[in-house]
Amino acid sequence: MTTVEARRPTLAVWKFASCDGCQLTLLNCEDELLELAGRVDIAYFPEATRAVVEGPYDLSLVEGSVTTAGDAARIQQVRASSRRLVTIGACATAGGIQALRNFADVAEFRAVVYARPEYVDTLATSTPISAHVPVDFELRGCPIDRAQLLEVIAAFVQRRRPRVTAESVCVECKRRGNVCVTVAHGTPCLGPVTHAGCGALCPSYDRGCYGCFGPADTTNTGSLSGRLVELGMPERDVHRVFRTFNAAAPAFAAESERHPSAAGGAR
Amino acid sequence: MTDVESAVALDLAGLQALVDLLAAEGYTVLGPTVRAGAVVPGRVTTVDDLPRGWGDTQEPGSYRLRRRDDEALFGYAADAISWKSVLFPSRELMWSGTRTADGFSITAGEGSGGLGDPPYAILGIRACDLHAVAIHDRVLQERALPDVHYAARRKDAFLVTVSCSDPSGTCFCVSMGTGPRAESGFDLALTELLGDEHTFLARAGSERGRTVLDRLGSRPAADGEVVAADEVVERSTRRMGRTMDTTDIRTLLYDNADHPRWDDVASRCLSCGNCTMVCPTCFCTSAEDHTSLAGDTAEHWRVWDSCFTSDFSYLHGGSVRSSTKSRYRQWMTHKLASWIDQFGTSGCVGCGRCLTWCPVGIDITEEVAAIRADPRPTAEQTPIEQTPIEQGGGG
Repeated sequence: MTTVEARRPTLAVWKFASCDGCQLTLLNCEDELLELAGRVDIAYFPEATRAVVEGPYDLSLVEGSVTTAGDAARIQQVRASSRRLVTIGACATAGGIQALRNFADVAEFRAVVYARPEYVDTLATSTPISAHVPVDFELRGCPIDRAQLLEVIAAFVQRRRPRVTAESVCVECKRRGNVCVTVAHGTPCLGPVTHAGCGALCPSYDRGCYGCFGPADTTNTGSLSGRLVELGMPERDVHRVFRTFNAAAPAFAAESERHPSAAGGAR
Repeated sequence: MTDVESAVALDLAGLQALVDLLAAEGYTVLGPTVRAGAVVPGRVTTVDDLPRGWGDTQEPGSYRLRRRDDEALFGYAADAISWKSVLFPSRELMWSGTRTADGFSITAGEGSGGLGDPPYAILGIRACDLHAVAIHDRVLQERALPDVHYAARRKDAFLVTVSCSDPSGTCFCVSMGTGPRAESGFDLALTELLGDEHTFLARAGSERGRTVLDRLGSRPAADGEVVAADEVVERSTRRMGRTMDTTDIRTLLYDNADHPRWDDVASRCLSCGNCTMVCPTCFCTSAEDHTSLAGDTAEHWRVWDSCFTSDFSYLHGGSVRSSTKSRYRQWMTHKLASWIDQFGTSGCVGCGRCLTWCPVGIDITEEVAAIRADPRPTAEQTPIEQTPIEQGGGG
């Protein structure tokens, strides 16, 4: 292996519109960080160091969504200078919470929030990285799971497929030996339509799943919504549970639009 | 079982003595316990760990504990989590490997589950679940290359079954011929009697079961107690929440592979996999390989998998079963029909868990009934999706 790869692969970490939480997940790999630094050359990671190694890069991790014209141009450069590009987190894979603007008038938001809205130059939508450039792998989550991130990096270093499954949260919840919070307690839960990866964190603490990892590979959101309503959830809340960190993920976006919001209209 | 003379009566102290004896013999004693609002397998050191006074109300998509008006220790129906979780745990290390100077070394995985190390004594296993264990014995052990991990946990397991006295709204063991009282496959069989005295009619089903009974301070059962125990079972038999007509069910499902009901159920099915996880006979797994970043150590894990995911049927280029319709049909047809061809019995034991724990309450008995009520045989016999005989074939 060492004879084939004389140098360590270079790793770059890029930020677009995001809260930095997913990059922090990498920094939070305290026990593994030294080992990681021994396996890859951390070439560009402004959140961690000002030292910059010139590209191109073997692996780019991209956090955040595209919300400005500048970022739409910048992601093209990132792609061009990356051998492999992996998006991390709900912003990069689905547009993030900021994609709520996709369902509203961004000019109105801007006018309400900023004293001088004309200073803010932004796009009308927040879009995932995959809407702009080809992506080699999407790692879900808000935030991403630490162990899954290390697995993706290890898989890249070892040139194999990442062991990240697209099954429902229910599968990992049952593997964990949890009692179903919906069936046994009547607690609304998005687990049946949500992508695994968190280890069924919330149901393990008797909370329903919030859908942080976005839609699973196969979803039937309509059937689940019917169940949520049966459990007593008002229509406007069904609308809202699908309008969180993965609001613009197609399966969740379509389901939220089927239920009227508090304002009255479907949007 | 039919040997009435051998029946003995245990009181609560006798049941405690049984727990103590099994623990003293080196067993990890497990039984029903209350956790997270449900009856689930847990460690049992005293009879107080058992769900005294708890019953359950189960309907498709709904489970609630309820207070009973008596002190029954086994007054619930199927546990929320089956004993599969102990004998065939959801995650299991098969082996680990380490890179060495001149190659690599392999170490066999540890065999224990989350509730302690084998040998296990399982107290309170229902007749339906005993049948599920027998099915796993057939599927996992009685094949060319037995599953040594399962066999190691199963070999010395001491099984104490308890007749079901209060079946739930989703139970249909009578239809499947698996309950409510076990006829074989146990070491001891108990029937709880809640008359003037709280007693357990006990019978041995094996030599070691007989030895254990002889060592307990039991007395021969009175004729009245034997009759009362039979009445418990007869009452349960009459109170099944569900029924399933299994007449010619293989032919029925094979002939109706294109029935419109499959589209109907697919419109409700979440494809979430809960039914397969809670099913005591579903045995499908996938392998996970874990490696350290440096690539110097590796672990090979076996984890429960589900035929309701798209990855499950992924072959080069895509999933064989991409639609929910094809997955539900595969699961139900395998469970009730092709399982018979493959293993000689139905894959369903009528425990009702797939009904109860389906978040949207899909009822397998209702799905069968709907097809039976309005059969639409496919004009030309189309081959249905085949299931490989060996492991990975679907469970």
